[in-house]
Amino acid sequence: MLVQSSNSLIGNGMNILRILGKATLVLLQQFGQLSIFTGQTLYWIFRPPWYGRQMLRQFIDIGYYSLPVVGLTTLFSGMVIALQSYTGTARFSAEGEGAVATVVVLIITRELGPVLAGLMVAGRIGASMAAEIGTMRVTDQIDALATLSTRPMQYLIAPRVLAATCCLPFLVLIGDIIGVFGGYLIGVYQLGFNPAAYLNSTVMHLEAFDVIIGLIKAAAFGFILSIMGCFHGFHSGRGAEGVGRAVTNAVVYSAILILVADLLITSLAFAK
Amino acid sequence: MTKTADHIKIKGLSKAFDEKIVLNALDLNINRGKSIAVIGTSGSGKSVMIKCLLGLIEADEGSIIIDGIEMIKSSRKTHEMILKKFGMLFQGGALFDSLRIWENIAFRYRQGKNMPPDEARNVAAMALADVNLEPRVLDLYPAEISGGMQKRVALARAVVDRPEILLFDEPTTGLDPITSGVINRLIRRAVDRLGATAITISHDMTSIRAIADEVAMIHDGGIIWIGTIAEMDRVTQAENPILYQFINGEGDGPLTKSETGKNP
Repeated sequence: MLVQSSNSLIGNGMNILRILGKATLVLLQQFGQLSIFTGQTLYWIFRPPWYGRQMLRQFIDIGYYSLPVVGLTTLFSGMVIALQSYTGTARFSAEGEGAVATVVVLIITRELGPVLAGLMVAGRIGASMAAEIGTMRVTDQIDALATLSTRPMQYLIAPRVLAATCCLPFLVLIGDIIGVFGGYLIGVYQLGFNPAAYLNSTVMHLEAFDVIIGLIKAAAFGFILSIMGCFHGFHSGRGAEGVGRAVTNAVVYSAILILVADLLITSLAFAK
Repeated sequence: MTKTADHIKIKGLSKAFDEKIVLNALDLNINRGKSIAVIGTSGSGKSVMIKCLLGLIEADEGSIIIDGIEMIKSSRKTHEMILKKFGMLFQGGALFDSLRIWENIAFRYRQGKNMPPDEARNVAAMALADVNLEPRVLDLYPAEISGGMQKRVALARAVVDRPEILLFDEPTTGLDPITSGVINRLIRRAVDRLGATAITISHDMTSIRAIADEVAMIHDGGIIWIGTIAEMDRVTQAENPILYQFINGEGDGPLTKSETGKNP
């Protein structure tokens, strides 16, 4: 009886080890695949031929068509921050346009502008990249590219990653301006601040470093979301289910990695 | 480059996915200008063989020699040079959704050779005429034309660059018998006109008889029979029960047994 139960205990332990081992191997394999994919993408970004039309299409898709989404998100975020900071700062007697304007501009440029833009573009563009490339995978269009003497990494992936990495900082810059404007609208028209004093406080406490860090974050987020979208689409499983899973993974992993990268960059930039 | 009689030489080609062995030391020689059909049950490794041939899947072992040049483990440049000899018609057409029909057909000219748009459009129009489609189709997108028309456009794209080797993956799948007949006739005409070496993967025996000079049957990861169409028609059940069952589409036989593990 005792031997039997100890045998079953060993068996269960072995099963857990087997499951853990398998999960670790899968994780390592995916990490390896992703590293190779990223390396190849970087290699092909800098190698001719550059597909101008593909590149232009991606720049328009990512840069131009994402503007409304990023603009609206940052506008409302700026408004909300202004309201929250007004009621929040009132608790320790720091109310007034100076405090609100400074909080809005710093939070928007350093943090919320790039993070919100990254997350919104991950949902819009990362998902669409995964769906488009995944559909191309399951309908043999990627194989067809290879048989037509065109490298899929160079034709499909490199332009998307380059465009997203370059466009995000511009989107965030515009988003920053709109977000600060949102705060201004609430400050001036709802809270009754003096417009000139509000603008003065906004500019006075803002440093170039705050904006630059936000733009560096934006470029990193653009790279992450496009790599994740392309990677999951490129390695999509068969059928509609496979493409669906690729889209979900692309958005979820993009969002997680954007937040991790945000923490890393913030820690490095504002370390004491 | 010397042109040998053996245009394509596959030797000892093996490929496994995890535990499943799909190709097991497969040998196949195809002479220049011959049109061969590779038949076999679903999952027998026909498409994997074609993908290994194109380098889309890396073979585990073996050798693929095209025009005397080893494909497997060749340098990227050599591989890309050999790929230019190929034209491929995919099962679903695999036309690029985001490009117009003329851009699909002239893709190699536009991307690889930087041909001006007007010239490329003319090339596409001529290729389209060869597959009996009207020029009005040129500016449409793949989603705007029927499945049969998509196959014809895909065929035009495969042959427009006058490749030496043509690969057809299930060219008539999903088409009605009349459209299938048209596609078969167009394929045979294109192969004859180009003098190309052709490999067709198909289950459709009518299509195979119309397109191929020779037939090779793949089973258990290897080629178990190869011969002309006439020889195939003379095969009896006693001589080769697997081939006999396949070409006659019989429910009972060794193929059904190997699929289910027992006779139904």
